[in-house]
Amino acid sequence: MRQFAPRLSVALAVGRTARRLSKLAGRGRGNVVGGHIALGIEPKALHILAAGRPTLLVSGTNGKTTTTRFLARAAALAGPVVSNDDGANLPRGLVSVLMDPHIETSARLVAEVDERWLSAVVEATRPEVVVLLNLSRDQLDRMEEVRGTASRWRDGLSIDEATRTTVVANADDPIVVAAVPENAKTVWVGAGLRWRDDAATCPWCGQRIAWDSDDRWRCVECGRTRPTVSWQLDGAVLHTAGGGHVDLVLAVPGRHNLANAAMAVAAAAQLGVAPADAARACATVENVAGRYQHAWGPAHRGRVYLAKNPAGWIETLDVLDADRRPVVLAFNSNGPDGRDPSWIYDVAFERLADRRVIVTGERATDLSVRLRYADVAHRVVTPLAAALAEGRDVDADVVASYTAFGAVRHELDDG
Amino acid sequence: MADSTVTIAVLAPDLLGTYGDIGNALVLERRLAWRGLSAEVLGVNPGAGVPETADIYLLGGGEDAQQTLATTELVRSTALGRAVDRGAVVFAVCAGFQILGHRYPAAGTERPGLGLLDVDSLRTTGSRAVGELLADPIAASVGGAELGPLTGFENHAARTRLGPAARPLAAVVNGVGNGFDNLEGAVQGRVVGTYLHGPALARNPALADLLLSWAVGELTPLAVDEVDQLRRERLIGQTGARAMKGRSRTRAWRNWQTRWT
Repeated sequence: MRQFAPRLSVALAVGRTARRLSKLAGRGRGNVVGGHIALGIEPKALHILAAGRPTLLVSGTNGKTTTTRFLARAAALAGPVVSNDDGANLPRGLVSVLMDPHIETSARLVAEVDERWLSAVVEATRPEVVVLLNLSRDQLDRMEEVRGTASRWRDGLSIDEATRTTVVANADDPIVVAAVPENAKTVWVGAGLRWRDDAATCPWCGQRIAWDSDDRWRCVECGRTRPTVSWQLDGAVLHTAGGGHVDLVLAVPGRHNLANAAMAVAAAAQLGVAPADAARACATVENVAGRYQHAWGPAHRGRVYLAKNPAGWIETLDVLDADRRPVVLAFNSNGPDGRDPSWIYDVAFERLADRRVIVTGERATDLSVRLRYADVAHRVVTPLAAALAEGRDVDADVVASYTAFGAVRHELDDG
Repeated sequence: MADSTVTIAVLAPDLLGTYGDIGNALVLERRLAWRGLSAEVLGVNPGAGVPETADIYLLGGGEDAQQTLATTELVRSTALGRAVDRGAVVFAVCAGFQILGHRYPAAGTERPGLGLLDVDSLRTTGSRAVGELLADPIAASVGGAELGPLTGFENHAARTRLGPAARPLAAVVNGVGNGFDNLEGAVQGRVVGTYLHGPALARNPALADLLLSWAVGELTPLAVDEVDQLRRERLIGQTGARAMKGRSRTRAWRNWQTRWT
């Protein structure tokens, strides 16, 4: 086991104790309190724990947890891996993972990072690879505007600590492209972009962005255009940088997960993992920290989905259309959800008009008004347990916003 | 109106739509439809021309670059000004509200607005105004209409000061609002600006119906259970410890009166 300077040793000891106590007290999975306390005692805890440890980071508005899971499985083919696989993506979450005395000192860190914290974590961990998925509106009351986040990413990737970093970025998102510094080592992936409303104007000159029939974007004024990609997703086929292609066959539904897998395969290739092997590793992922899990057991088809912003919902609506099962919508608007639920008017809930809809959660009424204006018949059922009981009876899908998702997992795990 | 279909024009929805304000168009259209009145919602790209004959024009909130592009495009057209002269209704939120004024802040500088509301928007050195907003409408500004408390969510950096030709929509009870004189929004004829997201008209059906009545005349009453339930919940959430007392509200109104009358 590594020996650390006294302050960090104290920080880790106290943090680990806190984590044990937290788990014993049943307050969550103890994922972050240990890291939180350790950072309080030693602010450089992440820097020190990450030093010398090869690191891959994943960030973006949607898909971080799933892509990180894919990438962790693929990277494991190149050596031992440690990951924040329960979605704790702030610095304290990463510290919590690295504090574990049982992890291998040479294990690669594969971590998802909250968009607001990417720059700070890049500086602390000097990653070999950073994966940039997408940027769109999410928690508008907490996040600075989308453009601001992109601008911070660009600054964060321009520092000395990122000189040797390879950026694996989605070329189909103009905001992501603008976030990559000009002279960064970049691997461009054509992963697609379904939600385009946050990319209406050119991040460079402010004029309109247009998309052509091949879904390539360009600025109508300044001529900036989608970069040439070395990896291209075409349906479920990923054309690779080496000139070949692999079929992506996943155990989790949705076009967005094909995109997430494409990004993970391209990132794993930077470690020397063959695309076909990486793709097979992605195929073993069935449940990502509760996302996509079968809500009512393996004999039933209803699944649990997380949808927390318009970009996530547009993909989720597509997935739900496959079976059109009854659906339970669990909706909160607490801090991590974004306190302003206005964004639900950017979601085409009208598409749910052809099935049974149950609404629950702390802000069920806001969603109920939205559905009423969408002319979608529905019932509000509270508390959450009652709504899930009804969902079980009809083998419903469950779609939850961020904090409601945690509550749903809790209910389903206990029941 | 030439025919009986109410036309609702949403200006630059791809630029001024970051905060869900497109929902205002849906609310207006549905509240007409549920009363048996036909309405049509148009998304207008101002660069391609602004219709002069719509009954109601809506502008939403957006980020800085989008706000600037929308204004640049709108300024080239005189259609909106002519529509306002003809008696059209305009309802503008946040960045849209700022655009209607004389000037608004953008990228460290100031840019001219459309001049349809006698207001100036200025960058603040303070923190961003973010949170639930509760305001008491000023009946005199809306022709004596009783709207009940206005609730919504605000999220803006700039502050907006009213000139003499603009009346305040409401007095702030909880939150920041315009940031001057404890006032929220502005009304000038049938042009209304506000900092309420929510969307504003989903949260405040009486305000939605007021705008509709300006366009179509008297409306039959409409009771929507879900909307009533939402109002109750949001008001309970608001009138807790942080709510100001009634006398502060009166003081704000007196300040405004002293200044402009």
